[in-house]
Amino acid sequence: MKVLAALSGGVDSAVAAARAVDAGHDVTAVHLALSRNPQSHRTGARGCCTIEDSNDAFRAADMLGAPFYVWDMSAEFQEKVIADFIHEYSEGRTPNPCLRCNESIKFEAVLERAMNLGFDAVCTGHYAQVFDGPHGRELHRAVDPTKDQSYVLGVLTAEQISHSMFPLGNSTKVEVRAEAQDRGILVAQKPDSHDICFIPDGDTAGWLSRQIETVPGDVLDAQTGNKVGTHAGAQAFTVGQRRGLALGNPTGDGERRYVVDVDVKNNTVLVGPPMLLDINVIEAIKPRWSGPLPTQGQRIHVQVRAHGDALPGRVEQTESGIRVVLDDYLRGVAAGQAAVLYDGTRVIGSATISRSRRMETL
Amino acid sequence: MFTMAVAAMSELLADPGNPSSLHAAGRRARRAVEESREQVASALGARPTEVVFTAGGTEANNIALKGLAWAQRNADSKRTRLVISSVEHHAVLDPIQWLVDDDGFSVTWIKAQSDGMITPQALQEALGEDSSDVALVSVMLANNEVGTINDVAALTEVTRGHGISFHTDAVQTPMWLDVNFAELGVCAMSVSGHKFGGPNGVGALIMSRDCKAVPLIHGGGQERDLRSGTLDTPGIVGFATALTIAVSERAQIVTRVRALRDSLVAGVLEVAPDAHFNGSTTHRLANNSHFAFPGALGDSLLMLLDAQGVECSVGSACSAGVPQPSHVLLAMGADPDLARCTLRFSLGHTSTQADVEELLAALPLALERARRAGVPRAAVGVGA
Repeated sequence: MKVLAALSGGVDSAVAAARAVDAGHDVTAVHLALSRNPQSHRTGARGCCTIEDSNDAFRAADMLGAPFYVWDMSAEFQEKVIADFIHEYSEGRTPNPCLRCNESIKFEAVLERAMNLGFDAVCTGHYAQVFDGPHGRELHRAVDPTKDQSYVLGVLTAEQISHSMFPLGNSTKVEVRAEAQDRGILVAQKPDSHDICFIPDGDTAGWLSRQIETVPGDVLDAQTGNKVGTHAGAQAFTVGQRRGLALGNPTGDGERRYVVDVDVKNNTVLVGPPMLLDINVIEAIKPRWSGPLPTQGQRIHVQVRAHGDALPGRVEQTESGIRVVLDDYLRGVAAGQAAVLYDGTRVIGSATISRSRRMETL
Repeated sequence: MFTMAVAAMSELLADPGNPSSLHAAGRRARRAVEESREQVASALGARPTEVVFTAGGTEANNIALKGLAWAQRNADSKRTRLVISSVEHHAVLDPIQWLVDDDGFSVTWIKAQSDGMITPQALQEALGEDSSDVALVSVMLANNEVGTINDVAALTEVTRGHGISFHTDAVQTPMWLDVNFAELGVCAMSVSGHKFGGPNGVGALIMSRDCKAVPLIHGGGQERDLRSGTLDTPGIVGFATALTIAVSERAQIVTRVRALRDSLVAGVLEVAPDAHFNGSTTHRLANNSHFAFPGALGDSLLMLLDAQGVECSVGSACSAGVPQPSHVLLAMGADPDLARCTLRFSLGHTSTQADVEELLAALPLALERARRAGVPRAAVGVGA
């Protein structure tokens, strides 16, 4: 197959591309430039797409004998990922930009361009597995539960999955690093990237405050409606958050209070005891299916954050998307997060959480 | 590289000597350097004392542009304006931008015609009524992207007698044009070995004795105190040998390569009748061809042709390799989207008809696929 390997300059994508070469594929490497003004050096594990990363990617491609190009995806990234991230926060939701990037950049813009240019598949260093199933290619969790990235790939459609290669899904990170070392890949010990790549200092709230105009407002007790404090701007808060509330008067029961709702329209942040965060019904919109649609009431597992647990429940399709009724309570779900549905290790699909609530009788 | 240049250079690599040393080995090296200097001077219509060896064209440009600008300002504090062609190579644009951003100079860009040429009228317009504040003019002899040749002798007529230093970046030319430093009337001219079958990393600044420049690189005082540093004897000998060959074989090479280029252009326009041929049809380097292919991103074409063994270039790339629409084409008035759909096919003295045919055979499929992939929206403004 003619394979386009996306090389970030990190160890995972380099080993993934190397495995694609070993498997006999005709591999061409691209590094995606996501910023118009890349910094020259990487600081620790944060940020991405620096000139240094691009050079690391070039060296890895060169070792594999793969031609190497830089694709400028910065306009798409700005529009589909960064602007979306800002918009979602400004509406009081909590988006996952990595998921958005996979959905609209790596497996949409890049994959589409690759197919048009004559490639058969795109290969990345994500930890996930693709198997042939009765209804076509299926996306499954990686064998390494600590690295599994099927959650951020949950937005891929069946068509996209059929043109994707994830050669690392059957390995652990430890094995991949060791393999990189054996192969002489220079970035074998490069630290894992984490956090949000376009916020290199890791200060999301500070970054957002420079992008979104915020006005101070009230912090209200969700149960009594009383004002219990003030905040600098509702958009910077996330449901489930406890830090940064700066509430003066302690509660009568001495229990810690959490953000239980963010009301951007009225610029208020509602706080309450953790019990109020416990929900068991999730409504989600804009579903994307990785294969056949689930049946009404099908038993599934749902995961609502990148490294969260998979929780058992039932899924129903609704007019606007899906509803998941959980077997047990789940604490702290914010609108904007993705709900990814699993059937065992297989990804069924995903949807964006629009609201969640508590249903007393299960 | 020319085989004879490789041989001349290789012979010296094991025992290069230091031309600044006074012992026998040093004298041998000094003789090799001075003979090279004489060859270079004779090849470029200059005097040996006007040849300053550098580590390439970019260094020659930096020494000339910064050195001349500083010397002018030292002599007359009013002279702080730089008048520069808008289609220069980054090796000129970036030192100029540095002088503007960090060193108190200002710049007036000279407008280019739609074929990339800088005319005396455009230069006059950029100089304005009063050019007493102008320190320096720089206009390239031939453009690296679209191959347009400027009439630099006519341009220096415009500045003559106004106390303005005139620099020309002639890096693209010695292989293809009869370059005569004295006749151009400039005070400084940059050349680079890798453009005429010589080694990478060796160049020269040809600088008239009556032009003053403040040195950029201080040290042992080599090269007229303008460019200190132990001389690269083998590199200089390789450079001079290649230049001598280029000059002596030029007529024959130019005739052959021009015919080859013309068949390439005709062939490309036959395969892609809607392609635009950019640049001048008359004042053009014999080896250059440059096209815009509407609807096909230059980067896509490059990748697809590369996969089929055809090497070509898009405009220019920044150090991260992020493709930018060519400033040269934008300055020529090209549509920004079309400027990203361009490709340059440069021929060399070793190119053959078979190379051209290989390109013409590979082009249709590459065009079809590149067009299918389309032209993504151009990035605007600042990203993350």
